[in-house]
Amino acid sequence: MIRRILPHPVLAVVLLLFWLVLQQSAGLGHILLGSALAIGVSHLAARFSTDDVKIRNPHKIIQLFFVAGLDVIRSNLAIMAVLFNPRPSPAGAFIEMKLNLTNPTGLAILAIIITATPGSAWLEYDKERSTVLIHVFDLLDEEEWIETIRNRYETLLLEIFQ
Amino acid sequence: MIEDLPLWLSILISALVVLGALITLAGCFGLVRLENFYLRIHAPTMGTSMGGGLILLASAIYFSLTNERPIIHELAIFAFVTITTPVTLMLLARASLFRDRVEGEDVPGRGE
Repeated sequence: MIRRILPHPVLAVVLLLFWLVLQQSAGLGHILLGSALAIGVSHLAARFSTDDVKIRNPHKIIQLFFVAGLDVIRSNLAIMAVLFNPRPSPAGAFIEMKLNLTNPTGLAILAIIITATPGSAWLEYDKERSTVLIHVFDLLDEEEWIETIRNRYETLLLEIFQ
Repeated sequence: MIEDLPLWLSILISALVVLGALITLAGCFGLVRLENFYLRIHAPTMGTSMGGGLILLASAIYFSLTNERPIIHELAIFAFVTITTPVTLMLLARASLFRDRVEGEDVPGRGE
C-alpha cells in the first residue's frame, strides 16, 4: 500500500533532506514543497529503476562513512607524497577482483568510495562474472588491496544492503 | 565579516582554504606530469575529495560564524561532486579501455 504512494521511500527522504539543506530552512512551507517534489521524483524514478532499496543495519552506514572518510584523507596524503617526488614513478596496475556484493545500490556506493579515494579508480564492472576492474595508482601488493576492499567496505555494504 | 572573528579562527579558516587549494594544485600538477591516462585519472580526485572538502569546510565554518546560524549547504555541494565524479570517470575509463583493447594495448581484456 505504502509502496503505491511512495515507490522509493529512501530516495524520497534523501531528496527532502537535500531540498531543506539547499533552502537552508526547515519551515513548514519548505517541508511541504520539498515533500511534494520528493514524492513526484520518486514516482518518476520508479519508472526506470525497480530496485527496492532496503537498508538493514542503518548504524553501519555511519561506520562506513567514517572508515571511508579516514581512507580518503590517508590516500590523499600518500598520493601527495608520490607527486612531490621530482620524478614521480608510481607503479600503476590493474586489479580484477571478484565481488560477493550484487545489490545495485551497494555496488554504486562501493564505486563511489573506491573512486573518491585518490589512488584507486573503479573502471568497469562485469555483471555476468560479478568482477570489477580497478586501477591502482601505486600498487605494492595486489592481495593486500583486494583484502582491504573486501574487509573494510564490502563486508559492511553486504550487511547494509544484502 | 572577517575582522569580527577572533584571530585564531581567522587563522584556522585561512589555513583550511590554503591547504585545500594546495592539495587541489598538487592534483593538477599530477594531471600534467604523469605519463599515461590510467595514472592521470587519479590525480584530479585529490581536488574533488580532500581539496574541495577542506575549502567547503572552511566556507561552512566561516559563514556559520559570521551569520550566527549553521550554514551547511556546502554539504550538498560535496555530496553532488562525490556522487557525480565516478560517472564521468567510468565513461572516460571505459572509452579508453575500449580503444586500448581494439589497438591491442596491454590492458586487461573483457570476459575471457
